[in-house]
Amino acid sequence: MSLEAYAIYKNYGEVEALHNVDLVTERGEFFTLLGPSGCGKTTLLRIIAGLELPDSGTVMLTGGNVTTLPANERNVNTVFQSYALFPHLTLFENVAFGMRSRRLTGSVVTEKVMAALAMVHMEDKKDRLPSQLSGGQKQRVALARALVNEPEVLLLDEPMSALDAKLRHAVQAELRQLQQKLGKTFILVTHDQEEALTVSDRIAVMRQGRVVQCAPARELYERPVNRYVADFLGKANIIAGRRAEGGVETELGLLRLDSPPTWEQGELAIRPENIVFHPERPAVNGLRARVSEAFYRGDRVEVWLEPGNLRMSAAPRRGIAKGDEIWIELLPSALVPLHE
Amino acid sequence: MSSQHHLVWNGELTTRLRLIRRGMYLAAPGMLWILLFLALPSVLLIVVSMTTRGDYGQIEWVFSLDNFTRLMGYSSYGWSADYLWILFRSVWVAFWTTLVCVLLAYPLCFHIANRAPEKRYFWLTLIIIPFWTNLVIRAYAWLLVLAPQLPLAKFAAVLGIIPDGSPLYPSAFAVYLGMVATFLPFVAMPLYANVEKLDWALVEAAKDLYAGPARIFWHAIWPQTVPGLSVGITLTFIPAMGMFVVPDLLGGAKYMLVGNLIQQQFGTSRDWPFGAAVSLALMVLTLVGLHIHRTKGGEGGVA
Amino acid sequence: MRRFHWLVPFLAVGSLAFLYVPLLAIAVYSVNASRFGLTWQGFTMKWYQRLFANEQILEAAWNTLFLAGVSTIIATVLGTVLAIGLKRYPWSRRVYAMLDINLHLPVVTPEIVFAAALAVAFGLLRLVFSVFEPGMLNMVIGHVTFQVSFVALVVGARLASISTDIEEAARDLYADNAYIMRHVMLPLLKPGIVGGAMLAFTLSLDDFVISFFTAGPTSVTLPLYIYATVRRGVTPEIHALSTLALCATVILVMLSERITRKTNKE
Repeated sequence: MSLEAYAIYKNYGEVEALHNVDLVTERGEFFTLLGPSGCGKTTLLRIIAGLELPDSGTVMLTGGNVTTLPANERNVNTVFQSYALFPHLTLFENVAFGMRSRRLTGSVVTEKVMAALAMVHMEDKKDRLPSQLSGGQKQRVALARALVNEPEVLLLDEPMSALDAKLRHAVQAELRQLQQKLGKTFILVTHDQEEALTVSDRIAVMRQGRVVQCAPARELYERPVNRYVADFLGKANIIAGRRAEGGVETELGLLRLDSPPTWEQGELAIRPENIVFHPERPAVNGLRARVSEAFYRGDRVEVWLEPGNLRMSAAPRRGIAKGDEIWIELLPSALVPLHE
Repeated sequence: MSSQHHLVWNGELTTRLRLIRRGMYLAAPGMLWILLFLALPSVLLIVVSMTTRGDYGQIEWVFSLDNFTRLMGYSSYGWSADYLWILFRSVWVAFWTTLVCVLLAYPLCFHIANRAPEKRYFWLTLIIIPFWTNLVIRAYAWLLVLAPQLPLAKFAAVLGIIPDGSPLYPSAFAVYLGMVATFLPFVAMPLYANVEKLDWALVEAAKDLYAGPARIFWHAIWPQTVPGLSVGITLTFIPAMGMFVVPDLLGGAKYMLVGNLIQQQFGTSRDWPFGAAVSLALMVLTLVGLHIHRTKGGEGGVA
Repeated sequence: MRRFHWLVPFLAVGSLAFLYVPLLAIAVYSVNASRFGLTWQGFTMKWYQRLFANEQILEAAWNTLFLAGVSTIIATVLGTVLAIGLKRYPWSRRVYAMLDINLHLPVVTPEIVFAAALAVAFGLLRLVFSVFEPGMLNMVIGHVTFQVSFVALVVGARLASISTDIEEAARDLYADNAYIMRHVMLPLLKPGIVGGAMLAFTLSLDDFVISFFTAGPTSVTLPLYIYATVRRGVTPEIHALSTLALCATVILVMLSERITRKTNKE
C-alpha cells in the first residue's frame, strides 16, 4: 500500500469539494483522478500533497498517518499545472532545490541532479533559466525537480494541459515509460479521458466531489457503471429497456447480454465499435437498420442508424453509405447495464 | 486533528491566529509610522484649525470656528472675497494646467509610439528626465527664459504687453507656463503606457466606416487610453492645486495660490491655526476632486 | 509606422522643446562670464570652480545625500516588510481596506497639507521633547513617511506577480519559512525592492516642500539652498549647481533604465 485516503470531506463555504472520498493506491501503480473541472480532483491531490487540509478524513502514506503533516515534511512531491519553476534559479538549482532546502551539500547533490536532468534529457541545458525553455522542456524540468527527491508518491496536477496536442501524445508515452522504469507510484489529475486511458493502471472517475467509479483503465471503458462514466470516457449508445426473460426488452427488440442487469427497468450502454456489420441476419441481437448519415473519418466511418438513433463505427472498406439498409449485431458481451 | 484551528496557507500548515499575528508584526512598523506621522498629525491639524493665534504667534487653546469664517471672507472689517478667490484660482489653474497638459500629451505620445521600437527608449527618456529634475530648478529656469534681455520678453515689449526692459514675471502667464512644463511629463508618462499598446485595428475599422478624425479619436482611440489618462489627470490635478514653488517663484504676490497662502501662514505670518484651516480646505478640495474623478472615471471606463 | 497629420510631430517636438529650452538656458548661463544680468559675455568655468569652493553648497550637498540615504534605507526596510505583511496574509476584508487606505494616505495627501500637518505635529511635540527642533531628524521622519508608502506599493506590485504556486512548490520541496524567505521570496522581490528604493531615493532628492517645512538652519538641502538663493536674484553659481544636478538626473535616469531593462530580461 502506497497512499491511502479514507473518508475525506472538504467544503469551501457552501461548496462541497469532496464528499466521503476513499482512495487506495498500490505501490508502483499509475493512478489517475479523472473528471471535469470543479469535480474535486485537484483538491484531493492538494490534500495528498499537504497543500490543503481536509475537513475530516485520514491520509496515510506507507502506512503512517500524514493527515496533519506539513507539506514540507511529506515524502511526496508534486508537478504543478503551471510547473511553478523558480524563475530566478538555473535548471540545475531548480532541481537541486529540494536537497538544498534539506541542507544537503556536496557531490551527492551534483550527481543526483545531473542524473535527474539526464533522465528527462535536459542535462545540456542545466545552466539555462526557466524563461529560456519551451513548455515541454519546463514540464520535464518540473518532473526532474520532483523525482530527484525520490518521493514515495509523485503527484501530477494536469501536467500536460499547457502542451499542444501532438507534443502531449509524445509526453504521455514518455511519462508512462518513465513510471514503469522507476516503478514509483504516480497519481495524475486530468480532465482528458484519452490521456487517462493511455497512461493509467487504474482510474478514479470523479463527479461533484465524489468518486463515481474506480477501476482499471480497460474495465472502466468497457464496463462503465453509469451513464456519466459511459459518456465521459468515449462515446456510448444508451438504450432504455425493461428486464425480460433471456435479456432486456427495448425499442430495438429483445437484446441478450452476457451480464444480466440487477434492475427491472433501466438503461444499457454499448460502444459504437461494438455494433458490428453483418452481411446477413446475425444469430443474436440482430437488427435491420437504415443508414441515416455516414461520416468518413479516415481510419473509420461513423455511421448513424435508424431505428434507435444508434451510432456505429465501421471500417471504411465496408463501403457503407447513406441510405443503405444493413444488418447489424449489438455484441452481447459488450452490452452493459448501467446503474444510477 | 481539527480544521477549525489549523489551515494550510500557501503551503504552510499553521493557524489563522499565527498567520494574522505574523502579518501584524510585518505590517505594523510601516503602518504605525504612517499613522504616527501622517494620520495623527492630520487629526492635530483639524484640532489646531479650531484654535486661536496668540499675540506672539503661539497657539491659544481657545476653540472656535473663527478661522473658517475668516477663510469664507468675514472679518471685523466686513466681507472680502480674497481668500475664496485664492481657493477658486487654485482650482482654476489646476483645471487649465491639466487640460493643456492632456492636449499636449496626446500628440507627444503618438509621436513617440510611432518611432521604431529601439528608438522609443531615447524619446521616452526625454520625458523622464524633466520628470525627475528638481522642481525648484525647473521653475527657476523659467525665470531665466522670461528675463527682460531674452527674445520672449523683448517680443512682448514690442507688442506693448509689458514695458520695455521688464521681465515677463511675475504674472499669471508665467505661472501657467511653469505649471504646464512641470506637469506635462506627469500626464505623458502614464498615457504613453496605453498609447504604446493601442489596438490600431479599431482605428482601421473606424476608417473603413468613413469616420472623421474627431469620431475616430473619440470612439476608437480615447476609450483605449482612459486608464493611463486617468492616472495622469490624478497625478496632475491634485498636486497642481496645492502647488507652491511655481506660483511662488513665477507669480509672486500677483498670482497667489492656496499653497502660497498656507506657506505664508506657517512662515512670515506665524498663524498656524489659520494655516491649518486653509490646509483643511485644500484637503477637502482634493477629496472632492478625487471623488469626481472616481465617479467620472468609472463612466469613462464603461464607454 | 503610421502617418499622422503634420500637427502631431510638430506639437510633439514643440512640447519637448518647451520642456528643454529652460533647462538649456540654465546650462548656457552656467558658463556665461557675466556676473550680473543675462547678456552673454563669453565662456567661463569659474562658476563651477566657485561652486566647489562654496562651503555652504558643499554642506547642503552632503545634507541632501545624507537625508536621501538614511531615509531611503529606513523606508525600504519598512516598506518591503509592510508589503509582505499586507499582501501575503489572510486579513479580513474590512481590516485590509483600512490598512490599504492608511497606506495610500501619503500618496493622495497634497504635499503642502502633509507638510503643514508635520509642522504642527513637530511644533507640539517640541513642547515635550526638545529633539524635535526643526532639523535633520524631522526631515528624515517626514521623508520616510511618504517614501514608505511608495516602496510598499512598488514591492506590493512585484509581490502580486509572484504566484502562490511558487511558494507552494518550495514548500512541497521541503523548504521551511526561513529558507523560502531567503532563497525564494527575497530574490524574486529584488527588482521591486531595488526599484522602490531608487524611487524613494529620487523622491527624497527632489523633495522641496516637506524639507522646507521641517528643515532647521543646519540641515539645509540643495533644493532649499537653491530656492533661498534664487529668491534673492540671479546667481551664476546656482546655474552651475543646477546644471550639475541636471547631469546627475540624466545619469540616474539612464542608470535606472539600464537596471530595469536588465531585470526585465531576467
